[in-house]
Amino acid sequence: MTLLQNVRQWLNERLEWDDLIEPLRKKSVPLHKLSYWYFLGGITLFLFVIQVLTGILLLLYYRPGANEAFESVQYIMTQVQFGWLIRSIHSWSANLMIFTAFAHMFSVLFLKAYRKPRELTWVSGVLLLFLVMGFGFSGYLLPWNTLAFFATKVGTDIAGQVPVIGKPLLIFLRGGEEVTGATLTRFFGFHVAVLPGLATLLILIHVLLIQRQGISVPAKLELEWKAHPAERREMKFFPNFMLRELMAWYMGLGVLGVLAAIFPWNLGVKADPFSSAPAGIKPEWYFLFMFQTLKLIPAKVGFIDGEVLGVLLFGAVGLLWLLLPFFESDDPSRPKPWISRFAVFALAYVAGMSVYGHLAK
Amino acid sequence: MLPRRRFAEILLGTGFVATAVASLYPVLRYLIPPKATDLGTDSVVAGHAGELKPNSGKIFRFGSRPGLLIRTASGDYRAMSATCTHLSCTVQYRGDLHEVWCACHNGMYDLNGRNVSGPPPRPLELFDVQVRGDEIFVRRHREG
Repeated sequence: MTLLQNVRQWLNERLEWDDLIEPLRKKSVPLHKLSYWYFLGGITLFLFVIQVLTGILLLLYYRPGANEAFESVQYIMTQVQFGWLIRSIHSWSANLMIFTAFAHMFSVLFLKAYRKPRELTWVSGVLLLFLVMGFGFSGYLLPWNTLAFFATKVGTDIAGQVPVIGKPLLIFLRGGEEVTGATLTRFFGFHVAVLPGLATLLILIHVLLIQRQGISVPAKLELEWKAHPAERREMKFFPNFMLRELMAWYMGLGVLGVLAAIFPWNLGVKADPFSSAPAGIKPEWYFLFMFQTLKLIPAKVGFIDGEVLGVLLFGAVGLLWLLLPFFESDDPSRPKPWISRFAVFALAYVAGMSVYGHLAK
Repeated sequence: MLPRRRFAEILLGTGFVATAVASLYPVLRYLIPPKATDLGTDSVVAGHAGELKPNSGKIFRFGSRPGLLIRTASGDYRAMSATCTHLSCTVQYRGDLHEVWCACHNGMYDLNGRNVSGPPPRPLELFDVQVRGDEIFVRRHREG
């Protein structure tokens, strides 16, 4: 008997291990020409794990506080061995994770995988996307550099525009009227404790739902396979799909390593609350479409302030996005055409505005 | 008469609600930071004569907020709040345009702080400037 078999038997005698992993063996992944889109969620999860690991490493040296944060990141990048690499991987992985999360979301949208009975999977996924953007926003401030300082000023001010609860929300986020060291301490707490806790919980729910319901098949194919069950193609999740997914993760790790090593992340200039916002200031790419929209809305639209209108519009669209599956028809042969049009428009808007925001002065 | 079970439920339920309120209230209050004691800054020395060349500006500290001191091309001093009324970035003086500019969303104000283009919805608060000897004093504008 090999060592592995011994371990397995030991576990079986105590935990009925084979029963525990039985669902994994039964699980299968539909096989069709769009199957490769199924990898994106897993890659996002992989990048999240990288974030947790590199985040823990950064915590060993990072010190929150307006007088220490910038210097501690500088110390990580210049004194600690491979500190620059760990930080660079953390930053690159964060950006890649947001990208893969967006890509995963749009793939789910276009493949109509959010349809009944998977509404809650979609809702948990969209909430996870919001959380990931919260991670990006809170983590961005932690090095306490000029760009981060103004991005946080603008971002929290946007939250302050929400009618009725805006002002208390702004004070809560900033830890006072202004963006100061108190804001940094709060953001640090959100970034390393509150958000990871919430994200872990939501990821568990998200994965459990997928485990429970199996993987969705595109609507057209679902109908075809229902009519001709013999045409149905599947791949075992374990080990066949799992090994392919692992290869995708391995490639992801390669891309991440190359990006982090060849284009190490900048630290910028230490924030000075009493300096002007530098020319050409822009938020991270995933906030650009909102930034550019706010820039284009005039000061007053009718009786309402432009930025309040912007915040209300984004809030309404965000809510609609979250609840999108509940507007879809239950019949896969008759999907609601407006949802597909809305999805195409949303993708075009986000991409177009991001490019415009990137190029605009 | 109230059955015994119902009485126990009400007692227990009220107890739970009271416990929840008693635990949540301090937490909610804890989340709101204490008000910073602003020492009521009304007047500060924003700079020294000769420090600014004509047609330039600088940021100065006005209490806990930034202010903008401008020396116009003709040599006058102007001072105003440097917090953009759009989304509170810190503005700057643009000598090439003779205007106040916010780099974040391209907002423009004239030398009297009036919002002239871009997204800012309101003018910047204008301060009074007094040159006393070598020092340039800036104080909050008093009506009347």
